[in-house]
Amino acid sequence: MTTNSTDDILLDVRGLDIDVLTPEGPRRVVHSLDLTLRRRGTLGIVGESGSGKSMTATAVMGILPETAIASGQVLYRGRDLLSLPARERRAMAGREMGFVFQEPMSALHPTKTIGAQMAAPLRLHLGLTRRQARARSAELLDLVGIPPSRGVLDAYVHQLSGGMRQRVMIAMSISCEPDLLIADEPTTALDATIQKQILDLLAELREELGLSVLLISHDLGLVSRYTDDVVVMLDGHAMESGPTDRVVSAPESGYTRGLLEASPRLGDSPDRLPVIDKSRFTKAVQ
Amino acid sequence: MSTTDGAAGAEPVLRMENVTKRFRLGGILRRTAHVAVRDASLELGRDEVLGLVGESGSGKSTLGRMAIGLIRPTSGSVTVLGRDILSMRRAELRAYRRRMQMVFQDSSNSLNPRMTLRELLEEPYRVQGLHTPAEREARALALADEVGLARSWMGRLPHEFSGGQRQRVSIARALALEPELIVADEPVSALDVSVQAKVLNLLKDIRRARGLSLLFVSHDMAVVDFMCDRVAVLNGGRVVESGPTSRVLRAPEDDYTRTLLEAVPRL
Repeated sequence: MTTNSTDDILLDVRGLDIDVLTPEGPRRVVHSLDLTLRRRGTLGIVGESGSGKSMTATAVMGILPETAIASGQVLYRGRDLLSLPARERRAMAGREMGFVFQEPMSALHPTKTIGAQMAAPLRLHLGLTRRQARARSAELLDLVGIPPSRGVLDAYVHQLSGGMRQRVMIAMSISCEPDLLIADEPTTALDATIQKQILDLLAELREELGLSVLLISHDLGLVSRYTDDVVVMLDGHAMESGPTDRVVSAPESGYTRGLLEASPRLGDSPDRLPVIDKSRFTKAVQ
Repeated sequence: MSTTDGAAGAEPVLRMENVTKRFRLGGILRRTAHVAVRDASLELGRDEVLGLVGESGSGKSTLGRMAIGLIRPTSGSVTVLGRDILSMRRAELRAYRRRMQMVFQDSSNSLNPRMTLRELLEEPYRVQGLHTPAEREARALALADEVGLARSWMGRLPHEFSGGQRQRVSIARALALEPELIVADEPVSALDVSVQAKVLNLLKDIRRARGLSLLFVSHDMAVVDFMCDRVAVLNGGRVVESGPTSRVLRAPEDDYTRTLLEAVPRL
């Protein structure tokens, strides 16, 4: 990617603030955050719990809880999602954005077959007939590595393994051919070998379908393997952002360095792990 | 793979020989069995940390629980500090639990939500009928100090603590009766990186200071590399490889171990 004109940018978040209403008054959980995701690019958001990374993702998706208010701009193809009426926004989000969540078990319906759940958005957003939707669902499952012989279309979510559930969710997320895929901790509940399969699958689909991917994770090691650019968040602030290679190899923020050093690494085991003093960084940004 | 080599000569703290655990599933008409652990053998020496690694369903947690008698194996033998714990009566086993304790992954589920920190730390003594109230209180304070919980928090309830602090409470409770063997089942998996680092350092310090033997159950190869002297790799209920951590992780002999190592995201 050499050019960087505005046409190249799919998602541009500018000065995003998110306030959560509490009995004590509004509390700011994300502070003037900027993000840029290029077309066909991958952007990672990394942070620990309470960093605001998932809040940011839900704000982009338009599914913030009612007690939270986002201000600033979330520009998707130049249109500000935050000022769009809810109905327009929903119509757009279903078609153009796909979501993958951490817990497919709770995101999928327990008493509807996988086939029925997959068909619904295909019929709603793409206007397919029942039969077409079923055929398309089978194709999508095949695309994520579940051949028709597995009989998953007629299965229920509880009958599937964790890795299989996440594949189904990915198949659903790309079913309406979105341009943007938002994956919030997509593999946190999975074993390492399955995690690798799922992330490799996401990378393949990105290539094949020309998707842009926003990957939210607590794991800087994982994000470093699968993203072009990264934003490191702490307590609602971006501590550092830039090309992933640069951020990982030469972090500018002490917090990023702390995150890198505090996680145990294979083959490089110190006697004690360095401890991050988060308070040192939190106030510095204010 | 036979028994792993423990500290030469000395009686191991834990010895498990040809342990198998079969869980029966289904109703009366359609009985099936799931073999969670198959013919596993291992030894844990004094002052040593042995890692049990594997993916979900590998049998590592079942094996860990069998080590201290929380689950009874279908066959095989379990010897803790020279005594066969499978032949013990219930009351005897309960008394013996003082010498072997467990730390679980999710401390929010294993701590009584209505008990204050003081009550939680005094409970092990109360259950075992040990010490006077004043002595219990003094010991609870000492435990809080040891795991880095402030004395001023003694009146707090579990929900008022962070995940890392709750895990410290669980560790303190496991230490209360001065056990010689601790089984820690994924003790840091639910924690943030920065918190995980602190809890791992704490576990290492306490283990050394007390000369504890630790069976460390984990899915995370890097964490095992940091914590453990030796490691046993489980797949489908079998120990597929075991040996010194540095050897197993740098030069794995088993294909499954290699697959696990390759799946670890590296920086």
